[in-house]
This record gives sequence, structure tokens and C-alpha cells, in this order.
Amino acid sequence: MNHPLFGIPNIIFITFGGIYSLLCLGSLLIYRLKHRLAAHDYQELTKRINAWWVMVTIIFGAFLVPEGFTITAIGFLSFFAFKEFVSLIPTRRTDHRPIFWAYIAIPLQFYWIYIGWYGMFIIFIPLYMALFLPMRMVLIGNTKGFMTAASTINWLLLFTVFCLSHMAYFLKLPEHVNEHASNYGFILFLVLLAQFNDVMQFTWGKLLGKHPVLSTVSPKKTTEGFIGGLIITTLLAYLLAPFLTPLTVWESIGAGLMIATFGFIGDVSISAVKRDLNIKDSGALIPGHGGILDRVDSLIYTTPLFFHYVYYLHY
Amino acid sequence: MSITCTTKPKKTKWLKLLFFSLLIKPIITILIGLRIYNRELLPCFGPAIVVANHNSHLDAVVLMSLYPLKTLSMVRPVAAADYFFRNRFLSWFSKNILDLVPIERNTLTNKEDLLQPCHQALADNQILILFPEGTRGEPEQRQPLKKGIFYLSQAHAECTVTPVFIYGLGKTLPKGEKVIVPFFSDIVIGQPVPSAPNATDYIANLQLSFDQLAQKIKTDRYII
Repeated sequence: MNHPLFGIPNIIFITFGGIYSLLCLGSLLIYRLKHRLAAHDYQELTKRINAWWVMVTIIFGAFLVPEGFTITAIGFLSFFAFKEFVSLIPTRRTDHRPIFWAYIAIPLQFYWIYIGWYGMFIIFIPLYMALFLPMRMVLIGNTKGFMTAASTINWLLLFTVFCLSHMAYFLKLPEHVNEHASNYGFILFLVLLAQFNDVMQFTWGKLLGKHPVLSTVSPKKTTEGFIGGLIITTLLAYLLAPFLTPLTVWESIGAGLMIATFGFIGDVSISAVKRDLNIKDSGALIPGHGGILDRVDSLIYTTPLFFHYVYYLHY
Repeated sequence: MSITCTTKPKKTKWLKLLFFSLLIKPIITILIGLRIYNRELLPCFGPAIVVANHNSHLDAVVLMSLYPLKTLSMVRPVAAADYFFRNRFLSWFSKNILDLVPIERNTLTNKEDLLQPCHQALADNQILILFPEGTRGEPEQRQPLKKGIFYLSQAHAECTVTPVFIYGLGKTLPKGEKVIVPFFSDIVIGQPVPSAPNATDYIANLQLSFDQLAQKIKTDRYII
């Protein structure tokens, strides 16, 4: 059943209702614990949950607007992530123009999605941009640091634009497969699980964490946190899949395991970048969370993997 | 070419406000993105001077954009007349939109005449934006500071001089480039520069303020 006004299925609204209830519970819990927590922890947690309220509302808003605007919103997410990433790394003076072209690739990539040109969407960045950017750099003629510059800019584009843009292509899949939840169901399922996994890994790590899982990259991450997140996320995937996706029971368990595992991999990849550059947070866009990269890191690997998982199994 | 500096205090400059509210502010917020430290230290009443390092044409407009619209009419960047008033279109734009305080650096040699438009603006309780490096340097490189700022601060006892350090705009739009390539930029605002008995000491104070502000960006961002 679609909502008469917004044209998206009622189940999407119900799921958002569930998310908002969880947020209420979270806010209430933190408020109740006010006197049992240290002042710093309390402020930090309040900031984080308030940012969640804002982020969930922005995503909800992006679901309600017409499809073109939803795709544009995901494009802006890519743009902010790319900008944050390119601002962190050392760039050569001569790469001003090549980086400009890398920016131009963002609206183009989302335009291919908007017109539903799958072939172009899937090769534009990994092939054409990967060839074009080094070519542009060569023609400017600065060979000092050429390999580093050519590979980092392409890698950034691949991570922040190509990978994340798969989220938008869900909307262009044929509609008959996921009729009860529509293609928005996939996006909601993916984003909800990836972010939920982050929170669960953090929580289980805080509660039970003893053994560091990758101490050279991210000292705070623990095996207990990772396993705890994996179990809870897979359970949630199993529970939600029948409502939001056409996945079968075993497929939904596979999706849960995949999102939890590769959410972790994306997370530590961005941690490794920050460690390499000696940077604390990737930015300051989201209060209590750091930058936008710190928030979308778990979507970098999971988005294209989940997309092709679904694409292979059901289309 | 001579430019007469007509400053009318308390007059709202609609064209300037319109340009900043509809174009500059949204572009800076969405396209570039700023991380601002100690915004509360920015002087909101004139006479005051904001001094900053200079690597990009964006520096002045970005600093102006930090001001709320109701103060913006009073905020004016100091700039070279020979460059910004070199043709009719640019003159019109520099005068009405950017609302520059022109400095005739080539034709006038007497330093009092040179700074006259600035003195006038400060006397009218305006907030000046001044780049003591004199011109834009290579991206993210600093240059020796010029002494004019000392003479201005000497002549206006009640005027504070607030140092601002900008990082990132020199990468976004470097000297000699025509296209804007967005990089998140940092802006740190410092405590007013302490006064000094002579120009050399004053410039040393200012240099020290800039060094500290540059360091602040580093310590906030990097694990040291």
C-alpha cells in the first residue's frame, strides 16, 4: 500500500516510526542517566543523539521528495564526502585543474543514474575518470609526486562517489521485484543496518570490550564490539528483510553478515587514512560525530556490495 | 584616476547586502564550507580592523560573509586601487558590491595620503579588513608584513586590531587560477594584537599572533 500523498509505501513510514521511537528511547535513557554519567560523557552522548535526530530527519525528508531530488541529495552526500577527503590529503599546486574535473565527475555520475544509464554509471568513474585524471595531470607536466597524486585522487573518487552513488541506483531498479516496499526499501534497509551496526559495535565495545581487534589502526575497536555488532545486526537484518526487501531468510542473514563485516572494514579504512595523516576527525560538520566521512565510512564498502548482492540474486 | 572615498555611516548598502545574502553566503556555506574558531572574537562594532593572511581573492569576501547582514554595511576591505579599479566594470563592482576602501599604492608616496581613506573609514566607525602582506602570496605561503597597520592603529586609539588566520582558501582559488575548486577551509580569529611603541615591535607582535593562530589549526586537527 502506498501512501496517498507521497507515493511511497506505508512500510517505509512505519520503519521510520520505529527509528524515531528508538531515538526517543535513546534520548530518554541518556536523560535518565544524567546523574550517573560524568558531565563530559553526558554532553558527548547528548550531542551524538541530537545529531542522529537531525540526520534521520534529513534522510526522511530525502525519501519524501520526488525521485530526482532524492538522487540529488545522495549526490550532495558524495560531494561533501569527497570534499572532506580531498581537503585532508596533501595536494600538489598543479593538481588544481585535475581536482576541478574530479568534482565535475560528481554531477555527471548522478546524471547517468538519473537517466537510468546503467552501463555508463558502472564504468564512468572506474574507467573513464581513472584514465582521464592521470592524463590531465600528465599534460600539465609536473612529474614530481605524479603517481601518488594520480592514485589518491582516483581512489577518493572511487570511494566517495562511485561506491556511494550505488545507493541512488537502487531507485532505478525495475519496480516489480520489491513491490511491497519499493526501491526505497533497499536504501532504508542498507543505511539503517550499517548505521545500527556502528552504534552496536560502539555499545558492545563499551560494555564488554577487552581485546583490541586492529590495534594499529583503531585502538578503541574490540573483538567483543565487532562480534556483538555482527550478531545484533544480522538479527535485525533477518527481522526487517521481509518488510523492506525481497530477500529470503538465508539471503537476509547473508546480507546482515555482509553489512556488519564490511561496515567495519569501511570504518577502519577511513581510520587508517586519518592515522596515516595524523588527523583526529575528518571534519566538523556533524556535532559529536566529527566529519561526514566519519559517518559514511561504513557505507563505502557496504553500498556497492549490497547493491550487487541484491542485483545478482533478484534482477 | 582618482577615487574619492565617500563613506556615509548608518546607510544601508542594499546592493552589497543582496549580493552577499543571495550569492556569496550560500556559495561559501555549500560549496566551500568553513570551520570557524572563536567566532565571538570578531569585532562587531567599529572602529575596528581585521587583519588576515592573504592567499586568495576569496579571503576578503569570506571574511565579510562571517558578518551578519545588519553589520555588513559597515564592513569594508582595504584594497589596491590600481588593481580593483582598473576598468569600468570592475570599478563599479569594487565600489558598489565589495564596497572597497581604495589604496593608491602607485601614485601616492606620502604615507599619510596613502592611508587617508582608511583613516576616514575608521573615523566613520567602520570595520576594515586589511591584508598586511600587501598582496596575495603563493598558496598557503606567508610573506613579510607591511607597516601601514601600525600607523593606522596609532592614529585611532580606540580601534582594536583583530588577527585572523585563514587556511584552505589559497588552495580553493590560488593566485592566477580562474576556477574555484572547493576545499574545506579553516578560519581562526585571535585576541586583539597588543600595542607597541614602534612599528618593528608592532609587526613582531602581529607576526606572533599569526604564528599562534596557524598553530591552533594544526593542534586542533592533528595528533601531535
